[in-house]
Amino acid sequence: MNTDPTRLSAAELAHAIASKELSSVEVVQAHLDRIAAVDADVHAFLHVDGAGALDAARAVDERRASGEDLHVLAGVPIAVKDVMATKGLPTTCGSKILEGWIPPYDATLVSRLKAAGMPILGKTNMDEFAMGSSTEHSAYGPTHNPWDLTRIPGGSGGGSSAVVAAYEAPLAIGTDTGGSIRQPASVTGTVGVKPTYGGVSRYGLVALASSLDQAGPCTRTVLDAALLHSVIGGHDPMDSTSINAPVPSVVEAARRADVKGLKVGVIKELGGEGYQAGVRARFDESVTLLQEAGAEVVEVSCPSFDYALAAYYLILPSEASSNLAKFDAMRYGLRVLPEGIEDPSAEQVMAATRDAGFGDEVKRRIILGTYALSSGYYDAYYGQAQKVRRLIANDFSTAFEQVDVLVSPTAPTTAFKLGDKLDDPMSMYLQDVATIPANLAGVPGMSLPSGLADEDGLPTGIQILAPATQDERLYNVGAALEKMLVDRWGGPLLAKAPQLTAKGA
Amino acid sequence: MSSATSVAEEIVDYDEALERYDPVMGLEVHVELNTATKMFCGCATGFGADPNSQVCPVCLGLPGALPVVNEKAVESAIRIGLALNCEIAEWCRFARKNYFYPDMPKNFQTSQYDEPIAFEGHLDVELGDGTTYRVEIERAHMEEDTGKSLHIGGATGRIHGADHSLVDYNRAGIPLIEIVTKPLTGAGKRAPEVAKAYVGALRELLRALGVSDVKMEQGSLRCDANVSLRPRATGDQSQDDVPLGTRTETKNVNSLRSVERAVRYEITRHAAILDRGDKITQETRHWHEDTGVTTSGREKSDAEDYRYFPEPDLVPVAPTRETVEMLRGTLPEAPGERRRRLQNDWGYSDLEMRDVMNAGAVALIEETVAAGATPAGARKWWTGELARRANVEGRSVEEFGVTPAHIAELDRLVRDGRLNDSMARQVLEGVIAGEGAPTEVADARGLELVQDDGALEAAVDKVIEANAEVAQKVRDGKVQAAGALIGQVMKEMKGQADAGKARELILAKLS
Repeated sequence: MNTDPTRLSAAELAHAIASKELSSVEVVQAHLDRIAAVDADVHAFLHVDGAGALDAARAVDERRASGEDLHVLAGVPIAVKDVMATKGLPTTCGSKILEGWIPPYDATLVSRLKAAGMPILGKTNMDEFAMGSSTEHSAYGPTHNPWDLTRIPGGSGGGSSAVVAAYEAPLAIGTDTGGSIRQPASVTGTVGVKPTYGGVSRYGLVALASSLDQAGPCTRTVLDAALLHSVIGGHDPMDSTSINAPVPSVVEAARRADVKGLKVGVIKELGGEGYQAGVRARFDESVTLLQEAGAEVVEVSCPSFDYALAAYYLILPSEASSNLAKFDAMRYGLRVLPEGIEDPSAEQVMAATRDAGFGDEVKRRIILGTYALSSGYYDAYYGQAQKVRRLIANDFSTAFEQVDVLVSPTAPTTAFKLGDKLDDPMSMYLQDVATIPANLAGVPGMSLPSGLADEDGLPTGIQILAPATQDERLYNVGAALEKMLVDRWGGPLLAKAPQLTAKGA
Repeated sequence: MSSATSVAEEIVDYDEALERYDPVMGLEVHVELNTATKMFCGCATGFGADPNSQVCPVCLGLPGALPVVNEKAVESAIRIGLALNCEIAEWCRFARKNYFYPDMPKNFQTSQYDEPIAFEGHLDVELGDGTTYRVEIERAHMEEDTGKSLHIGGATGRIHGADHSLVDYNRAGIPLIEIVTKPLTGAGKRAPEVAKAYVGALRELLRALGVSDVKMEQGSLRCDANVSLRPRATGDQSQDDVPLGTRTETKNVNSLRSVERAVRYEITRHAAILDRGDKITQETRHWHEDTGVTTSGREKSDAEDYRYFPEPDLVPVAPTRETVEMLRGTLPEAPGERRRRLQNDWGYSDLEMRDVMNAGAVALIEETVAAGATPAGARKWWTGELARRANVEGRSVEEFGVTPAHIAELDRLVRDGRLNDSMARQVLEGVIAGEGAPTEVADARGLELVQDDGALEAAVDKVIEANAEVAQKVRDGKVQAAGALIGQVMKEMKGQADAGKARELILAKLS
């Protein structure tokens, strides 16, 4: 076995800790050392809670020593995207407007991690309020892709995927509103899952777009994602939109990994024009592997997907404009007094704070959403977008009458250079063109590495989609494909990533 | 609180206004439900707790917190809808009403917009002249209350001129039902009375449903009165064909009496403006209880855009028809039927019953009778002394702190012969002054009819002796002359005697 705990998967760590080969304290310390060594370059963490993580690890080790029956992931550390409320730990959402805010409560998901005995290493970087596909919109500076530090790690959850890719944490929590778990997974050579909408509680997830947001696992293997999914999933009475049903049997599915006789649909509308050659080539190879493993592959058309991006960029800003109204300097977070106004009114303080506290992308979307909801425009924009949303859901229903899962490339390109698309919002938005339909319809999706693009040697990803509440299908197909690809590569894809050198720590 | 800066505007005589204009009203009533917990979280709802002691991440609008609908509040909303003869939606959603205000934690209010839980109903209200007016209900919808801003340092207690403001979020998230009428037309001169009678009937209904404390002075029942005037129809024109005028919305109307006065005032103010040929400004008006006028609040244009959209954090409310029918089974008897039953039980004449209704005292009398009073005694106190005082002081009878149990006790003291009428009035005085329950007040003030017949007999003898002439007239059969003697005896006894007993004694001695 590898002697460096940071190189082990979460499943392997869980086993090592359970069999007392490693203590949780040793595992946590190894990751804290790794963070100290590489995070100055990667900048995936906004806040590291070394003391808290070690305390939690010690507590787990003591409970284990006393013979307590612990959760399978007890003692395995995790990083959490800075959009989840963590009691006593700063939660900024990558925004200046929440600088210094310490939540007085834990998100349900965070409570479940703690209940499972998982030490929380810290909070990961993200595009401000999860608006972006590169983490460049973080008010605290971008995260760098561990494969190439001059490139973006994807977004909005670039921090969560990067910590996993850089071995700073075996597991991380991401959130996915239009692809913020899957696209970063794709460009960092890692695994990311957006569960069925309602599969994981949103209580404590600082909302970007309530009807689209969903938290999920960021990991290096499909099995690890399944293990984490079963910790965080399940009904929560604090979230009305949470599904009142048991968590799908995802771990069992990841262990089954058998696609024989399954019908796999290749989505005609996702993968042609606008997709990088290397992305397409690796995708086609993966599909061929599935076919060789006994799956029946057919092409499926989802004609309404062509309008998904447009509908998404009306629904998301509309909900966001309302969700972000609460950041007004009255109760928490940043408070800025307007310059040159004596005795400012509450409204003037709100305006000055929001002007200073929100970045350009956030303001852009608030303005878009405010406009789309305005009287006289509502029907033409928000109303029409909701109709498109129904059509997209119908496309999925029709498709899933023919096939068990759908597949597409996750992102149209590999990681681009930092700064490349910063002044071109439209081209940035197109990063999510393949991932957005799943959010609009509420269906689950997974991205896993499909290889490296020939033209730039950077990771590419394949997306698997399943019907709502059938998340286990993702894990079954994903694990089967992962096994075949790893065999072909002779080891995990991440083994091909350049070594990060310890400096600046 | 009154505004020192309010300037009385020109008004015209009410009757003159009504000769030229037809008033149209729209009444919006907000009812705070008396559920144990808030609309979307588990916080307590008790009135008067320390500021910001009944709050949590949800009702403070902390980042990440999510609402969950209070099922009890939905039940209350449905029961209110049914009692108002409304249709109950089979499927409806909450909506966000977006606007910025410091006392609104999320800067949107979770409310309902185009899908109210209840719609298309009516409430028949009985007026003083014995006629009935049907108030058409447009909708009743669920929403959450806002926090409460306290403006410190200004002269008016309003935000203008204040040094700073404090916000108490205890009220934020308390379940509210907003009941909106259709435009009320055809009331004519009776418009102010209709408004008062409607709010009174609604209050009675809500109290019978047990869904709210309905205390107007504490804000658990709040009324906004929209008033507009349109010219009287001329020739063969139907009044319904005359377009509606511009309306004003009067807020801060915190008692039944104020509802009537505020509507009446706005009618006379509008008429003066229209008489001058000026236009009514569509705006919010503040009612001032003390001066009896309204003053301009913020201008409210139709262009105000709340950017309503369906609340994505909540799932739709879809009560099954079985649930609705089950809730219908829990409704109290309809107010009209109830009144007829009570009138019959109590043996009141039509006139007496109308007095009781006009005083808004039906439920109070019911509770008082239940507490042991005679129907006649209960009526006498609530619609007599207490209603008179309320009218003089411009308050509502509930504000005196006198409970049905107090009145029942007072009634018993009179019936037991411990107090006479004038002593009972003094005791009531003491109860209002907060001196305690009637027996305590009577004890403390030493009020008790003299039960010692010896003392009364001595006084009677003394008075007969001193008034020989009058006594002779009584002996000669002029029984009514005994009145003068009774008065003298009562004076002699310093009021602490039973006048009936004195009369008996006098007549016995002079027969």
